[in-house]
Amino acid sequence: MSLIEETDYGTRRSTSDKTVSLTIDGFEIAVPEGTSVMRAAMEAGIKVPKLCATDMVDAFGSCRLCLVEIQGRAGTPASCTTPVAEGMVVTTQNERLKKLRRNVMELYISDHPLDCLTCAANGDCELQDMAGAVGLREVRYGYAGENHLGAAKDTSNPYFTFDASKCIVCSRCVRACEEVQGTFALTIDGRGFASHVAAGMDEGFLGSECVSCGACVQACPTATLMEKSVIEIGQPEHSVVTTCAYCGVGCSFKAEMRGNEVVRMVPWKDGKANHGHSCVKGRFAWGYTNHRDRILKPMIRARITDPWREVSWDEAIGHAASELRRIQGQYGRNSIGGITSSRCTNEETYLVQKMIRAVFGNNNTDTCARVCHSPTGYGLSKTFGTSAGTQDFDSVEETDVIIVIGANPTDAHPVFASRMKKRLREGARLIVVDPRRIDLVRSAHVEADYHLPLRPGTNVAMLNALAHVVVTESLFDQDFVRERCEIDAFADWAEFVSRPENSPETAAHFTGVPAETIRAAARLYATGGNAAIYYGLGVTEHSQGSTTVMAMANLAMATGNIGRRGVGVNPLRGQNNVQGACDMGSFPHELPGYRHISDDTTRHLFEQAWGVTLDAEPGLRIPNMLDAAVDGTFKGLYVQGEDIAQSDPDAKHVIAGLSAMECVIVQDLFLNETANYAHVFLPGSTFLEKDGTFTNAERRIGRVRKVMPPRAGMADWEITLALAKAMGVEMNYAHPSEIMDEIARLTPTFTGVSYAKLEEMGSVQWPCNEKSPEGTPIMHIGGFVRGKGNFLITEYVPTDEKVGPRFPLLLTTGRILSQYNVGAQTRRTENVVWHEEDMLEIHPHDAEERGVRDGDWVRLNSRAGATSLRARITDRVAPGVVYTTFHHPTTQANVVTTDYSDWATNCPEYKVTAVQVAPSNGPTEWQTEYREHSDQSRRIAQVVPVPAAE
Amino acid sequence: MDSGKLVYMANQIGRFFQNQPEAEAVANTADHIKKFWDPRMRKAIFAHVDHENGEGLQPYVLKAIQALKSEAATPKV
Repeated sequence: MSLIEETDYGTRRSTSDKTVSLTIDGFEIAVPEGTSVMRAAMEAGIKVPKLCATDMVDAFGSCRLCLVEIQGRAGTPASCTTPVAEGMVVTTQNERLKKLRRNVMELYISDHPLDCLTCAANGDCELQDMAGAVGLREVRYGYAGENHLGAAKDTSNPYFTFDASKCIVCSRCVRACEEVQGTFALTIDGRGFASHVAAGMDEGFLGSECVSCGACVQACPTATLMEKSVIEIGQPEHSVVTTCAYCGVGCSFKAEMRGNEVVRMVPWKDGKANHGHSCVKGRFAWGYTNHRDRILKPMIRARITDPWREVSWDEAIGHAASELRRIQGQYGRNSIGGITSSRCTNEETYLVQKMIRAVFGNNNTDTCARVCHSPTGYGLSKTFGTSAGTQDFDSVEETDVIIVIGANPTDAHPVFASRMKKRLREGARLIVVDPRRIDLVRSAHVEADYHLPLRPGTNVAMLNALAHVVVTESLFDQDFVRERCEIDAFADWAEFVSRPENSPETAAHFTGVPAETIRAAARLYATGGNAAIYYGLGVTEHSQGSTTVMAMANLAMATGNIGRRGVGVNPLRGQNNVQGACDMGSFPHELPGYRHISDDTTRHLFEQAWGVTLDAEPGLRIPNMLDAAVDGTFKGLYVQGEDIAQSDPDAKHVIAGLSAMECVIVQDLFLNETANYAHVFLPGSTFLEKDGTFTNAERRIGRVRKVMPPRAGMADWEITLALAKAMGVEMNYAHPSEIMDEIARLTPTFTGVSYAKLEEMGSVQWPCNEKSPEGTPIMHIGGFVRGKGNFLITEYVPTDEKVGPRFPLLLTTGRILSQYNVGAQTRRTENVVWHEEDMLEIHPHDAEERGVRDGDWVRLNSRAGATSLRARITDRVAPGVVYTTFHHPTTQANVVTTDYSDWATNCPEYKVTAVQVAPSNGPTEWQTEYREHSDQSRRIAQVVPVPAAE
Repeated sequence: MDSGKLVYMANQIGRFFQNQPEAEAVANTADHIKKFWDPRMRKAIFAHVDHENGEGLQPYVLKAIQALKSEAATPKV
């Protein structure tokens, strides 16, 4: 193992098809037109000294270190800003250039601390390297002149420091913030000698708009911007490329290590999902992996009111297995089930559903996609024929019109949001459909052409109205529809959306958005060039979630925006492996590869491979499991890496269901909220402690690589194997690669996938099979997976969750940049400095009517329950709408949400809850009681050593 | 299982298909329930049809449930 040193070519790669030939230092070189002289030299193995240049940002030409001579041209141009030309003859090293460079370095070093031996960047400092490269041996100016050595160090950010005394003002950080991240939080303030990097209005990094993505730290050539972990631990000695375990973007990272200790996580430039960029979570928020709350020993208890008792793995697994078998003996084969995790690997997910189907002997398997993107699977399969997004992330580079509907990419999918913002800065147009004024509506150098701030629950009315305009104004793509779609279905749909009840004028009544704005947005989408829809849980988590997905698919097909780069219907998946969890057959009705359990051919294939008979009937979905538990027919549950007590709606009902079970087995890193109702706790492993794969939102399968042994002794896949074995069925795999081999053998879209292929390609997008051996970046080129595209009638049906005098406001919930899902990971990192509690966003008018001031405690009441939290007054939300997050168990936002759900999939309607808000003195009685119960439930019995016999 | 909840869910499903000709709407509603509902949920709604005359179910949804019930009662060859 060694430290992976990525080549920095100094300037960006040119994508030109035209080749230019030139000579550098006597070597003939051919590169794409538009390549810089610096990059051309580097590609030929000639390193031109540089400081302000790096290939993540545009060339700047300020440091004057990369000077070269070009035959026939005057002076010594900067090689970073000079593009190659046919026949050019370049010299990168001669006496004149050496002297110039040494002079430049002398000036830099005359105002730089000479503390290399104790500097955190020692061994990883480009300034140090360049001093060596130019042969700097003395600084003739001395060090006594005016300098910046006493400049203050900004340590306000929890993850990195800014030491101005070491800054060479190369602007790499400023340009990374602008060009890579798109936040524009940094600038060079002052002039001449007073020039300095300023965060925001010079208020320090923590107080500024900085989003801590780490792009500036990565870009810094000195120790000016430096990870605190490196300052504390030292430089890493080896690195391993792996995939982030946070959101569905699936960024590739180098885990840089010293021994078994992570020194830092650095985004990998070759990562095809992130191209070397990161966000605050993946880059910095990995401290949870060794947090003191990690449970490292298996535990059991007889009753949920007892304290936990630490036991051996054998005892815990044996107890869990015997309890599950006892329950089946007493209540029947179908009285138990399990939940797979979207945070675990494909291989682990596959094994859990396999164990449930083949060992439990039923199909009571489900996954957290139930509560997020299950409508995506249903809606896209009915219209396009497959349950996945249509594009790769790179596709956005060719998009002319972006619709973002029910998603907040800058908070929930920040690395992709940066790509999107870059495209918007290049001139793409933007339509945002969201009840809140999310950051994309207006932020630095980005402004939506249209923001349609619709009332929660009216997505279908809005999409039908957009379609109405497309059809009635003849803006649809007749050729595409005729050639690629079911023409009769199109005719029915066109007649349906043309009806007056689907007009923008009618929709305005439901959505609250003026008809003219809807019409203008529809015209832009249909006529603005390549148009792509990106959506999130603001689409799916509704009683009409599946209908909304179909309505978007209809719209994309009608306008011909499917089947090529720059277009498509793109779900932004919430968790790291939601796509994979769905692909792997986690749903109770589907085997891996989205094939229904009742399909005899598919079922027999798995029966033969697994050597068992499978039940042909669908099993229970998560909400059905909880209903059945309350009803007394479902008694045992194995939960791998999910926290349904916090994440699922109507928390009181979830708790009632869990409390009614006789054996709940939780496999997790921490004693989460679900574990409060568990009888067996099996300590899980983090993504750093195991091998496997994750599949991101663009269907990209990426490797997860083990960088340290599992802290509790077993990887999650090994725990599942042990449980299956204890229940009497041996599933033999020596390594997760063997599990993937089995998946490939049994799943048509995965037949070409193997760990060898992933080593070779880095990552691959399914379908990857004989037809597409290198994977499939764009789906439905030339034809839909189902053959012809299918238009479906999407009638708007208002939700039954109505506002009224008792509950006059609509609550919608979401996520914030610094926290992730139930917060189990991010709450155990320094990210809490940005979000230490869930807040209720409320419009100033609604707040004033209720006598609520900013920061006040308020009570949030719904038909399901009540909770208290503090208010944040903001016009980000429209009057009549309030918003909160669900990251903190002390808030228990899901006590308030109801059990209304999507008609097709039972995905909960998190996004629409009728509520009332009133001033409050603090937490509710429920919150206080819950906290007390939780504290009691987390007790671990102290083992009293037995004195040795005399 | 709470029959009220199941009736609500079944009607929700039926509502999506209600724009189709009745025979198609009945068949699609039945197909959806068959493909996505666990057998105990189906059994509970069959019992609701038997004991409560399917009270609360939309007429075409009731037909769908009755069709499913007949199918379940038919021995497989």
